Amino acid sequence: MKIIVPIKQVPEVAEVKINPETGTLIRDGVPSILNPFDEYAVEAAIQLKEKFGGEVTVITMGPPQAKDALLKALAMGADRAVHLTDRAFAGADTWATAYTLAVQIKKMEFDMVICGKQAIDGDTAQVGPELAELLGVPQICYVRHLEVSEDQKFVIAHRETDDGYEVIKAKLPVLLTATKGLNEPRLPNIMGIMKAKKKPMDVIDAATLGVPEDEIGLKGSPTTVRKVYPPPRRSGGIKIEDMDPKEAAKKLVEFLASKGAI
Amino acid sequence: MGLLYDRETCTGCMLCIKVCNFGAIEKDGDKVKFDIDKCVLCGSCEEVCPVDAIKIERRTVDEEALAEYKDVWVFCETHEGRLRNVALELVTKARELADKLGERVVAVLIGHEIEGLAECLIHQGADKVLVVDDKIYADYSTDAYTIAMASLIAPRKPAIVLFGATNNGRELAPRVAARLKLGLTADCTGLEIDENRQLVQIRPAFGGNIMAEILCPYTRPQMATVRPNVFKPSEPDTSRTGEIEKVEIKVNPLQVRTRILDRVVEVTEGMKSVEEADIIVSCGRGIKDPSNLNLPQALADLLDAAVGGSRPIVDAGWLPPTQQVGQSGRTVSPKLYFALGISGAIQHIAGMSSSDIIVAINKDPEAPIFEIADFGIVGDLFEVVPAIIEEIKQLKEKR
Ligand SMILES: Cc1cc2nc3c(=O)[nH]c(=O)nc-3n(C[C@H](O)[C@H](O)[C@H](O)COP(=O)(O)OP(=O)(O)OC[C@H]3O[C@@H](n4cnc5c(N)ncnc54)[C@H](O)[C@@H]3O)c2cc1C
Ligand SMILES: Nc1ncnc2c1ncn2[C@@H]1O[C@H](COP(=O)(O)O)[C@@H](O)[C@H]1O
Repeated sequence: MKIIVPIKQVPEVAEVKINPETGTLIRDGVPSILNPFDEYAVEAAIQLKEKFGGEVTVITMGPPQAKDALLKALAMGADRAVHLTDRAFAGADTWATAYTLAVQIKKMEFDMVICGKQAIDGDTAQVGPELAELLGVPQICYVRHLEVSEDQKFVIAHRETDDGYEVIKAKLPVLLTATKGLNEPRLPNIMGIMKAKKKPMDVIDAATLGVPEDEIGLKGSPTTVRKVYPPPRRSGGIKIEDMDPKEAAKKLVEFLASKGAI
Repeated sequence: MGLLYDRETCTGCMLCIKVCNFGAIEKDGDKVKFDIDKCVLCGSCEEVCPVDAIKIERRTVDEEALAEYKDVWVFCETHEGRLRNVALELVTKARELADKLGERVVAVLIGHEIEGLAECLIHQGADKVLVVDDKIYADYSTDAYTIAMASLIAPRKPAIVLFGATNNGRELAPRVAARLKLGLTADCTGLEIDENRQLVQIRPAFGGNIMAEILCPYTRPQMATVRPNVFKPSEPDTSRTGEIEKVEIKVNPLQVRTRILDRVVEVTEGMKSVEEADIIVSCGRGIKDPSNLNLPQALADLLDAAVGGSRPIVDAGWLPPTQQVGQSGRTVSPKLYFALGISGAIQHIAGMSSSDIIVAINKDPEAPIFEIADFGIVGDLFEVVPAIIEEIKQLKEKR
């Protein structure tokens, strides 16, 4: 079974802070990590390989340092990596990202593509379905349980919905997006980390990939960011300190009653 | 190549460094330099540069071709024969956008035996409803629904298409966008029309730390998924009239490559939905132990409210995921929101800051939740909440 896992390196957004004076993001010293949802995808792919045999390829489009994310996935147990990296890819929105990935993936063989549900920096959850469309395969998103039939012809996946989940069957090849609960991603061990450095990694630029310049990066992106700013904050109102709880509760209930809230 | 910097023209005013949200510009002698790996090409620096020393190369716009696209469309999701609430929210918002543009609101209704719902959409503000009704659409499938949406959009040329950012909406919209090669903005929390009649799509990014305004300058329709519960539906106007057009879009069963074998509803018995409740009693890590949840529950019962929680409470399994409020949970906008033992992290606030009244109870006077609370009590929730319950009971007796 040949499985391709698109992964993304993201900043640890929990550690991103806003500079209160300038209202800008402080990213210095914020570590880069493998997108957490992509860890579920990598783990799922490795488990399938362990069961059915085959090969897991991880692929990323990103700056040179995104190599670390690929190495982590290789250390977990992926077999090979593809790194699409070129200044010309910069500024890509989800469409241009999906397009660039699709051009490369179409050159490869696959039975399954497993993405993360979303990347935690942008939280869009769009690259998976867009990639599925460009590859011409069906998609099942938000997968939290996955089985492949013994003959390796079908998947049965539990797809999260707003009200619970659906059990969905589809024929391979298919694209899935992985969400929390699918598995417990393994931590790479020392052996894995050593081996990772020796596994094959193809580094591919825009010319080698053979994509027209106006289809990639900022130029290939139908959306543009006009402006970014810190979220508006509503301002506080009454604040009671050092008051007997009974007294405070009374004041609150009077306030709520006066507003017609209760 | 994206960003072009003309060092000669640059006067070294350093304004660009101040507006860069990504730390991508640094002082370099009396001029500046750019770290392209950090730059996301957002254009803030280009906008403030007084001498046009910074240029971001973008595609050109074909104004004439874009002007052919008109009207604001809403994909109206149904669930078990009923409209999802977000459909009504979006038709209301679409009405506002369309009025600014002087165009029509078109609601798209796809499903089986759903024609009866078209009238509600007109009452809500639609001028026209496109009904695609067939057995093949009885259950949501990305394949069939993509064919239907793409077949409607391509010849009719809407200017804007909105989808609710539900799980189905977020699966369908990118598939349609990729098929038609369109820009798409995910999970918007604000929509506006700018001076060039473009749709400004506003959404949080980086875990809610910043807001981004996104445009689709080159392609039409402009497409967005929009978070449920950020816009309030207007009161339906039953005197409104509109056109209902039935459209037949054939899909061969072989084109639907996924099959639903089973559907499992996971709503916890007796749990009121935070998305529908007028009052929410939310608790955070300050609640300490799951056995203490009976306290917020008692307050909630008294007010006919839903019990919600911050992410750590849900991650610990003390409340089901459906009750999580915030960036990665549900967005809510109730009339009254109680935050009990919740610090007020930006990701939590992102999901509840549009509540009408926010009440915070927290031991820590410095907790950020107080910065947004309409009424804050610094104190131990285990003392204050029972006192509130007592007071409300007394008030109810008096009434
Ligand atoms: C990408 C991302 C997405 C996220 N999404 C969400 C989300 O959707 N929703 C969400 O809530 N969080 C989310 N978070 C997590 C968020 O950053 C915070 O960690 C979380 O909201 C904190 O929860 P809390 O306020 O319950 O806990 P804490 O921050 O630990 O606060 C507990 C509070 O209780 C108070 N307290 C303790 N004891 C008492 C007492 N006896 N009486 C009164 N007060 C007391 C304390 O003073 C403290 O302020 C997300 C984080 C990331 C990075
Ligand atoms: N630059 C990228 N390179 C490879 N995979 C990506 C990239 N961006 C997104 N993905 C994949 O698409 C998923 C969804 O990302 P997003 O649409 O950005 O939220 C991620 O979890 C990855 O699996």
